[in-house]
Amino acid sequence: MKPLNNDLNLKKYYKKMTKIETLKKTVTQVRRDILRMVNKVNSGHPGGSLGCAEFFVVLYNEIMSINIEFEMDGINEDLFFLSNGHISPVLYSTLARKGFFPLEELKTFRDINSRLQGHPTTHEGLPGIRISSGSLGQGISVAIGAAHSKKLNKDPHIVYALVGDGELQEGQNWEAIMYASAKKIDNLIVTVDLNGKQIDGPTEEVLSLGNLSEKFKAFGWELLHLNKGNDVEQIISVLKKAKNLSGNKKPVCILMKTEMGNGVDFMMNTHAWHGKAPNDEQLEIALSQNIETLGDY
Amino acid sequence: MTKFKNQGSKDTRSGFGDGLTELGRKNKNVVALCADLIGSLKMNQFIKENPERFFQIGIAEANMMGIAAGLTIGGKIPFTGTFANFSTGRVYDQIRQSIAYSNKNVKICASHAGITLGEDGATHQILEDIGLMKMLPGMTVINTCDYNQTKAATLAISKIKGPVYLRFGRPVVPNFTPINQDFNIGKGILLKSGNDATIVSTGHLVWESLIAAEKLENEGISCEVINIHTIKPLDEKIILDSVKKTRCVVSAEEHNYYGGLGESISRTLTSFFPCSQEFVATKDTFGESGKPSDLMNKYSLNDTAIAKAVIKVIERKKNNV
Repeated sequence: MKPLNNDLNLKKYYKKMTKIETLKKTVTQVRRDILRMVNKVNSGHPGGSLGCAEFFVVLYNEIMSINIEFEMDGINEDLFFLSNGHISPVLYSTLARKGFFPLEELKTFRDINSRLQGHPTTHEGLPGIRISSGSLGQGISVAIGAAHSKKLNKDPHIVYALVGDGELQEGQNWEAIMYASAKKIDNLIVTVDLNGKQIDGPTEEVLSLGNLSEKFKAFGWELLHLNKGNDVEQIISVLKKAKNLSGNKKPVCILMKTEMGNGVDFMMNTHAWHGKAPNDEQLEIALSQNIETLGDY
Repeated sequence: MTKFKNQGSKDTRSGFGDGLTELGRKNKNVVALCADLIGSLKMNQFIKENPERFFQIGIAEANMMGIAAGLTIGGKIPFTGTFANFSTGRVYDQIRQSIAYSNKNVKICASHAGITLGEDGATHQILEDIGLMKMLPGMTVINTCDYNQTKAATLAISKIKGPVYLRFGRPVVPNFTPINQDFNIGKGILLKSGNDATIVSTGHLVWESLIAAEKLENEGISCEVINIHTIKPLDEKIILDSVKKTRCVVSAEEHNYYGGLGESISRTLTSFFPCSQEFVATKDTFGESGKPSDLMNKYSLNDTAIAKAVIKVIERKKNNV
């Protein structure tokens, strides 16, 4: 949207720009949270978490209609399921920044007696979590079940899920992908985090996923490309498109290209930081590239 | 045995199907899922009456377990149906993470359990499922003995919140427990009193235990017979009360002796009242093709095997072994 010589449009333009700026500030803060969380326990998965920071911030703050007063059944609100549970730091930070639980609690990530387990779980009663994930390939199935439940309840809200690209090597995904189109699950938006990397190296080398775009189309899904998965404005625009496409007897897939380790120069363009935490020195450098915006926890 | 007359043999799976139909009428939150085995699971009537509450998943059990977990979010009570093998071993991790660890209100209903699946052979039979399911924290494990009990169990599990594994079978077997009985999850049933030995049995072996007890009675041996339909949580009290009197026990089940009911009983006895135990169960083996009754005989899962075990365990008790 470009400003025109018209007061109303100018107002809209500035409002939008302010919104984008706020989202970007949140993204930077979420990045800091992720880095500090994994550094403190010297474990966790910063790479994929950093790569999805923009997506989570936009989804939770701009796209989904959600109740901060958490109820497991999630009636009359949108739902989100994280299938690749190892990127829990980005989810935890996003939820805490949204107000689901005290920011302070981010300090307990991966520690004993914490609600913030290494991989997300309902078992410890952390508000905002509706399913345990970590063992890969199960999230789309769960999201389909929740989508069925919404239809039965005549609840018009949408179910979102995020899956990793490497994760699509798990066969259960393809059972679910086949099912969702065959059964016309059209209140479901699945985003694939295409960062092209997994623990052992580039996805292309470990086990190529082939042409994912053609695969999803062949499986009968509505397909959207999000080529700049670290660009807040493009994420908003594609997620809004996806929402508009829902309700048309087809599930919607977004292939979202992201940069693993995004926002920290030495963590990008490598799979090395998939499951490794920065040491104190590396943390300082990483944080200096992401200056505090909303206040550290 | 006048107390236990066969009211007309039926398969336990029909008890599940009829229970599910009744639930469909009583509780609008009950939904059913099946992985291409509607006829085997006797789900037809439920589907006919509630087409919108039934989900045909196709031959994709992993997806079925995940969808069932998701359906609970929003208040549905999903009942999944397939063979016991495909309900457990095939989808262990899906059940573990998406259902048990996530504490979802899913009822995993498994037919064709054990060796009595028969002719299809070992790929379709499972003798390890009780072990697999009872190992999962928070999972309730139920194995019913006849049509009436299976129907009652199906109704009862809808009323508790949390994951349940309900195990039943394919063959037509005597139907001898009361019609429209109350089903108390976690409560064993004392079927017959006796003083010399305790027989604790589950599933298809319960009827065999009653026959064995009757035969032994004629030989002057008095057996107490307990039906444990809920293997987890185990009714330890009813077992301990009995063995404190009889001081020996025979466990009987259509399952491997590793991981089954017998092992749960052993754990209880070791902690609270050590005494001799004999196991009527399969002994670390796969099954094979054959007529169900022939297989039960070949693998010593019948009244004769139970009676022999009772005599043996009484002998050991006398010798303080």
